[in-house]
Amino acid sequence: MTIPLGAVFNLNHPAHIVHWHFFEMSVANIVVIVAMLVVFVLAILLPFPGAERRQAAREAGSRP
Amino acid sequence: MTRYSATTREWKGAYAHYDLVKELCVALVTVTLLAVVLTILFSSPDDKPSTIAQWSRTLPADFAKTAASELDGTSGTAEYGAPYNNGTGSVQHAAFLKPQEWLGVSHPIDTANAYVIEPLQTIPGDPTLTRAIVSYQSAPGKQQKAWAEAYAKSVEGAKASGASLRVPAGRYGPLATMMPALLALAQSGGLDGSLLSDSQFFQTDYTKPLLFMADGGLLEERAEQQHLLGEQWGMMNETGSYPGQSWLWLYTFWYQIEPFKSSTNADLLVVLVMTVLSIAFVLIPFIPGIRSIPRWIPVHRLIWREHYRAVEQSR
Amino acid sequence: MRTREIAVDALPPEKLLPDGQPTYVDSWIYVFGVATLAALITIVGSGMILALKGPAWWHYTGVGHFFNSIHLWAVELFFFTMVVHLWGKYWMSAWRGGRARVWMTGAVAFLIAVPAALTGYVSQQNFDAQWISTQAKDAMNAVGAGAFFNVTNFGQMYSWHILLFPIAVVAIVTAHVLLVRKHGVVPPLQAAELRGERA
Repeated sequence: MTIPLGAVFNLNHPAHIVHWHFFEMSVANIVVIVAMLVVFVLAILLPFPGAERRQAAREAGSRP
Repeated sequence: MTRYSATTREWKGAYAHYDLVKELCVALVTVTLLAVVLTILFSSPDDKPSTIAQWSRTLPADFAKTAASELDGTSGTAEYGAPYNNGTGSVQHAAFLKPQEWLGVSHPIDTANAYVIEPLQTIPGDPTLTRAIVSYQSAPGKQQKAWAEAYAKSVEGAKASGASLRVPAGRYGPLATMMPALLALAQSGGLDGSLLSDSQFFQTDYTKPLLFMADGGLLEERAEQQHLLGEQWGMMNETGSYPGQSWLWLYTFWYQIEPFKSSTNADLLVVLVMTVLSIAFVLIPFIPGIRSIPRWIPVHRLIWREHYRAVEQSR
Repeated sequence: MRTREIAVDALPPEKLLPDGQPTYVDSWIYVFGVATLAALITIVGSGMILALKGPAWWHYTGVGHFFNSIHLWAVELFFFTMVVHLWGKYWMSAWRGGRARVWMTGAVAFLIAVPAALTGYVSQQNFDAQWISTQAKDAMNAVGAGAFFNVTNFGQMYSWHILLFPIAVVAIVTAHVLLVRKHGVVPPLQAAELRGERA
């Protein structure tokens, strides 16, 4: 197995697996899926920049 | 037009300045940077491929047993069926649907000739071997099978010492000469090349050597160590500790539960289920109930909270 | 010229590249569509560099391995952002107001991206490719696709991966984006819609 040149973290070892009933998933995949859920929630909850610009547009009734 | 979409009026309200080109540029820089950072942190896996030479050297008994099964037509590939041959070992159907059978043999592989006889015939300057091959080919089918079965059985009790294999003496006929010669050819790397370039010099189709190796135990042994087996939800996984194809989670899920788990038609059944679900996914806008869930569970109130607040305030 | 007239009617320049968006475009969830597009561009770009030197290059040079890594992580980011994007669009019921085809082209883009990725995985020419191809062949054979789509045929899979699937993905994504520009971003669910009333 070639160790990739310059990788900060070497992931070339057998994966850690999470077992839950018949469900089996690698930690890497779980991290990705949990990250997707977290990012989705944050995307909905975090304020989006430009609120003042949008409010000014509403008040002015700006049209394209 | 559904009643639902008829109530979605065209927006007659305000527009704010929004630079789409800038947005794309920012997204491109961000995503590229993220990909570069992940590359620097983790790189990517590249486990070296197995070769027939390695297989025959590290697992000589497994190789010899597999070769014998290719000869007597009992290997996975020999019994497979379409598209390789007319066997029935791996032919799947679902009720009246038999697509594998219907599409027929499109990539014919005669395992006895492809994996044993023809490679041995390429070995020059060995009259003993040549006589053994001729003797085998001229024997009746029943005799050929008896020799191969006897040899495969003896390989079970064979002593492997590193790459060398000592098979106990037995009634193998010409196989006593042929099989050790095949093992030597494999261990020298000759079989890797021979299986690839037997029909033409330039070749990009690795079906023959891959099916041969898959009939043996080496690929599966490596796969099990890397958690890539079907029952390990391996379809989603990658070698090492890298994330894999996590988007295949629903596809591999069905294989873990009955009736798919123990069905010999699991692949076809799972594909049928996923086809139906995929079509449903595309047609969500038209499926009553599914298309209404976003109305019943108001996540949209969070997404558009600024807009709804502005509407309330303007009343 | 009729084709030109139809095209310009459907997508006049100010719709094709507007300089404003409705004021309800006010959430981070909206950036995941363009993020998916950016990931696709990164995939194609890194793929082009890999194609420059051929399929074996990344196995024996550090630079090649570097670009292979970018290609792989861009794929992970592509699916990541695409799924977050589709979750957002689902909860917004973004198919409303005649936008069913926007949803459908997006869903088809996802469904085409999956086998596009598979052809990449079986073209790696390493152990992963050996295993995936010898396993996936059973599903392909079972449905009859194995008769003309042979996952153990590297030459075929590589051709599909670097030419045919990218064309298909880019074509469907282009249709998807043009439909979004044509119909505009879907307005928020209104009270009348929530009650299921007629317009």
